[in-house]
Amino acid sequence: MNGRGKMALYVVAAIAALLIPQVPMLQPYLIQFAFLWVMILFAMTWDVMGGQMGYNSFGNIVFFGVGMYATAVVQRDLYFTIEEYANVAGGEQAALTPVEYLTGLALGMGAGGVLAVVIAAVLGSGILGLRGHYFAICTLGLGIAAGELASGWDYIGAGSGLVTPLVPDALGERGPFFFYLFLVLAMITFAVLKRLYAGQFGLAINAIRDDEDKADALGLHATRYKTVAWCVSGFFLALTGGAFGNLVIFIDPTDVAFAGPTFGVWMVLMAILGGKGTLWGPVIGATVFHITQEIFWTYLFGWQRVALGLLIVVVVVFFPLGIVGWLRERWPQRFGEVVDEDARRGQVSLEAER
Amino acid sequence: MSAILEVENVTKTFGGVVANNNVSLSVPKGSIIGLIGPNGSGKTTLFNSIVGYHPIDSGAVRFQGTELSRLRTPQIARLGLLRTFQQTRIFGKMNCVQNMQISLPHVNDNFATMLRKFPPEVTERAENLLEFVGLYAKRQLRAEDLSFGQQKLLEFAMALMNEPTALLLDEPTAGINPTLINGLIDRLKRANAEFGITLFVIEHNMRVIMNLAQHIYCLAHGELLADGVPEEIQNDRRVIDAYLGAH
Repeated sequence: MNGRGKMALYVVAAIAALLIPQVPMLQPYLIQFAFLWVMILFAMTWDVMGGQMGYNSFGNIVFFGVGMYATAVVQRDLYFTIEEYANVAGGEQAALTPVEYLTGLALGMGAGGVLAVVIAAVLGSGILGLRGHYFAICTLGLGIAAGELASGWDYIGAGSGLVTPLVPDALGERGPFFFYLFLVLAMITFAVLKRLYAGQFGLAINAIRDDEDKADALGLHATRYKTVAWCVSGFFLALTGGAFGNLVIFIDPTDVAFAGPTFGVWMVLMAILGGKGTLWGPVIGATVFHITQEIFWTYLFGWQRVALGLLIVVVVVFFPLGIVGWLRERWPQRFGEVVDEDARRGQVSLEAER
Repeated sequence: MSAILEVENVTKTFGGVVANNNVSLSVPKGSIIGLIGPNGSGKTTLFNSIVGYHPIDSGAVRFQGTELSRLRTPQIARLGLLRTFQQTRIFGKMNCVQNMQISLPHVNDNFATMLRKFPPEVTERAENLLEFVGLYAKRQLRAEDLSFGQQKLLEFAMALMNEPTALLLDEPTAGINPTLINGLIDRLKRANAEFGITLFVIEHNMRVIMNLAQHIYCLAHGELLADGVPEEIQNDRRVIDAYLGAH
């Protein structure tokens, strides 16, 4: 497919997604769709590190939680004193005007994004020198530590969590609001990553994945690329977290914000399921994962975790490269891996030219 | 000719093993210099010492007057001193053009170049160099799908893409079939003559190194055994005993 055809496909897909809330049959499921966009964001942001760069991070959930708390704290402190907020949070929600709500949300998400970048840069300079399993295990520790810290810090509600403001009625139903919020966030993230992967940044982190020693030997600023990659991943994940806190209303430090055993593991699984290190793999993987999970939950209640576990085993055993990875191995020529027959002279005729 | 690369009394030990003992040599600018020696004589270790892959115990390595022994591999590469690997190293999951694009010189990289798309002239240069080593037809294939010999050629092309001042080649013709070797010798000589790249080559194939190098150093047991022009080395008693084998 040529460039223009692909572009048309992207536009059609984007419009189709944006029109979902107009379909009456799908309207009851808009919150479900919002969760799907979140899953896609999880998989895409994880794939920057784990897929494209080959640095398996089990600690990306840290950025999700940081973004969530930062947003909630900004929303709280911008218009209320803590006492006021604590008094209303139990029963009536604090009422905000639409402008106040959106300002708080935007500033909060922005603050969360910036904070995540700072944390990624600081942590990255320390632990991105580790390779392979050592990096993975180190990041696993980070996620657990962050949950424990949040559980003990009174300013952010400690173990009893934090309540986020409700969407004001004037902004319409929750469903469409969060549907569009996460859809737009996912589209922006996809577009930014697509652009980054198409240039020097993308090839540099791919090179680091394939052979970091060789990349070093070519003079690549590997540390710089690795740090920026983690910052990009953390930034978008923090934005996701900030909005997610408002979607679920109640932030629990270990079950929602720093939910390593669920979200933290799922983001890895979804990327692997779809095909890590590919542009569409995380999107497809997250979609398949979310749908099967909901089906298991509805029809196999009580056994849903077992079914999910079996699905993962089947994927890892039979499709170790994920869905897109498998397609690519099966039909490499469809992915542009072709021998240029016109230029076939090359290899066999490499002889001394006198 | 002035020396572009100077190695002075370099010693490197791994535990009790002395891999390089007091090795001194110099590579003149614009030349092709050979390095031979039996397996385990410390040739690759010397390359690793030069490019900062590991710290050396004592001695000095200077490239264009800059002391290298305190610098790290990527910094040395950005100075224009590049090496290729004996166990060929390419970026397997990327196609040949991408392998070439990312091999462009990184000395002037900044935040803007990090995030840019590759300009057409980079891609064009990449394709020209692939043509130069005879891989143009396979430019869209993943590097891991190439044969070993082709991967060697790709690695050589990647090194040229990096526009080095000097290139350390670790067995460039190992695993390449005899007809192709002639082509490769030709390409190495042209890289030297046309692009002005100084070559320092480890090689076991005597026909290749005698044909290619203007001056040859021979290592044995980590120490410099002999050096001279190819004819001198071929007839040197010590080299024959240690390496070439007495007939």
